[in-house]
Amino acid sequence: MPDGSEPILDVHDLKTIFRTRDGEVHAVNSVSFSIRPGELLGVVGESGSGKSVTMMSLMGLLPSPPAEVVRGDIRYQGHDVRAMSEAQLRKLRGGDIGFVFQDPMTSLNPVFTVGYQLVEPLRIHLKLSKRAASVRAAELLALVGIPDAAKRLGDFPHQFSGGMRQRVMIAIALACDPKVLIADEPTTALDVTIQAQIIELIKDLRQKLGMAIVWITHDLGVIAEIADRVLVMYGGQIVEHAPVRELFRNPQHPYTRALLETIPRVDGARDARLRSISGQPPSLAAHPASCPFAARCPHAFERCLAENPARRLVSPGHDVACFWDFATGGAHHG
Amino acid sequence: MLNYTLRRLMFAIPTLLLISFIIFAILDLAPNDPTASLPLTIPPDVRQQIRESLGLDQAMPIRYFKWCVQFFWNEPLNILEQWTGWTIGDSENRLRVISWQTRSPVVDLIVERMPQTLWVVGMSYVLGILIALPIGILSAYKQYSWFDQFGTLFSMAGFSVPTFFTGLLFIVIFSVNLQLFPSVYDTTHEVTDWASFWVQVRQMIMPTMVLALFNAAQISRFMRASMLDNLQQDYVRTARAKGVRERSVVLIHVLRNSMIPVVTVIALGVPQVFGGAIITEQIFRVNGLGQLLIVGIQGADIPLVQTLTFIFAVLIVAFNLVADLLYGILDPRIRYD
Repeated sequence: MPDGSEPILDVHDLKTIFRTRDGEVHAVNSVSFSIRPGELLGVVGESGSGKSVTMMSLMGLLPSPPAEVVRGDIRYQGHDVRAMSEAQLRKLRGGDIGFVFQDPMTSLNPVFTVGYQLVEPLRIHLKLSKRAASVRAAELLALVGIPDAAKRLGDFPHQFSGGMRQRVMIAIALACDPKVLIADEPTTALDVTIQAQIIELIKDLRQKLGMAIVWITHDLGVIAEIADRVLVMYGGQIVEHAPVRELFRNPQHPYTRALLETIPRVDGARDARLRSISGQPPSLAAHPASCPFAARCPHAFERCLAENPARRLVSPGHDVACFWDFATGGAHHG
Repeated sequence: MLNYTLRRLMFAIPTLLLISFIIFAILDLAPNDPTASLPLTIPPDVRQQIRESLGLDQAMPIRYFKWCVQFFWNEPLNILEQWTGWTIGDSENRLRVISWQTRSPVVDLIVERMPQTLWVVGMSYVLGILIALPIGILSAYKQYSWFDQFGTLFSMAGFSVPTFFTGLLFIVIFSVNLQLFPSVYDTTHEVTDWASFWVQVRQMIMPTMVLALFNAAQISRFMRASMLDNLQQDYVRTARAKGVRERSVVLIHVLRNSMIPVVTVIALGVPQVFGGAIITEQIFRVNGLGQLLIVGIQGADIPLVQTLTFIFAVLIVAFNLVADLLYGILDPRIRYD
């Protein structure tokens, strides 16, 4: 769906570090990306690759201290987010930008009714009256497919199943018609059938509401199904960025290739053992001076250990941060 | 909830009966003699007669049974008669629980002492809670800040320094050196106008503050721990992501959850306040329930000690139930059915 329109969210050179007692953790290093209205951007990577931290950094949702956004330019509809006051940021959070988090079991406040939690953003951002807000809240619950919505407003989170709670979370995120929805592993904590339902729901809502979505996941299958463009993250950096079909057909980063190889095929011959990527994810104790994947990479050579590769364009809309060129089967020159 | 409450109350009856028996048995096993504090010139056979007149020649189970009749049947009837003005049966000759020292009904003694305890100790508990909650909340929210460090120091000191020390310290500083407050609590003082009210406030300040500091130290630690637990929770991030003001995030979302265990602790602490104020009451000469108990123990006044201790036990059982019920009210996940 990418068209020529202006990006709604544009991030350039974002860097976030955590200052802990054992030293600094460089969780996000020089991350740049943008998303256009109505687009679905998938973000993949293993645990600790900086996917969530990147998105939380955008809206100042990380606990500070220890987290600190030390560098970067974040623009929402052209406005500089980092220069915003706390009050302006609050308007964005929940108003223009909705969040759905990973674990629906703990993401809802256990002592307040679902209705209260759903009405809260409506009252804050849209300044609705109590009555209007609860009417709207019931509509939202119905929108995300919760039967008997008006009655269930008075129920507490523990009276809902996991899938239903995630629907409630989505309803809360969508309450004020956000222009961007950031979904942080929204289906990871759910079982597979519920996961499929939630994905269907998001696809459907995207059609209806036309918002941009950032979908964070470690599940490539989910990405293949819903994303327009994909960011692959590793060690706090974006290592590859491509439209979804291009990424699956022509992966250019050894890490992306390795990730794709870990997925067993449904048809054809199968390996005796499941493939995995050998080695450990890098420690993030310092700003990367070399390629973070070098230690696990089958194609690594001297330059990879001496220099951190910058992202280079492979084809329109497709870039990769790697010195290896799969097209020639040798080091890339330039 | 009602069913649950009734069931718990039913279970409380055998529990309390057992407690009353254990107290009675322990007091009976203790080597005490109500005639020991009488002048040495009284000959042994007279002492024996005094003991017999107190019923001490009877077997322990019989004495226990008689106490039960007096406490569970005669005294409630008596209270009922006083409230309603009725006469039920032979109210003149009904045996009441009589203090061996003062020869007056124990219940009357307790009613006499109750106001002082409620004013001083009760007020100190309320005050302690009012001091503790803001300190706990702010310490947790600003963890490891100078305020938190100070709060920790304050509660460490408040918790580890006993009240007999802080009490005397207060007397030395505020009564002896500064001459601000009286060191002795005057129970006979009556509040009739603003001036006498001010006198009452002044004499209450020191005992109340000593106890309040002790209580605040404890509760503020509970509050801080509970807040810290909840500030880490995912729902806090959700609230922030909704654009809720920071103040509302902390004082509505987090506080509401954090109060659940703290309210329970506060409820469970209420009966301890009655028993635990003995020392402070002694220091400031507040003749409340704690002081009554000490005097009773010193004089081997078994009916008085038995009755007071049992009332403390009733309070503990009752406030345990209150704590459980509050838990059910505050936490929607808990349903008693």
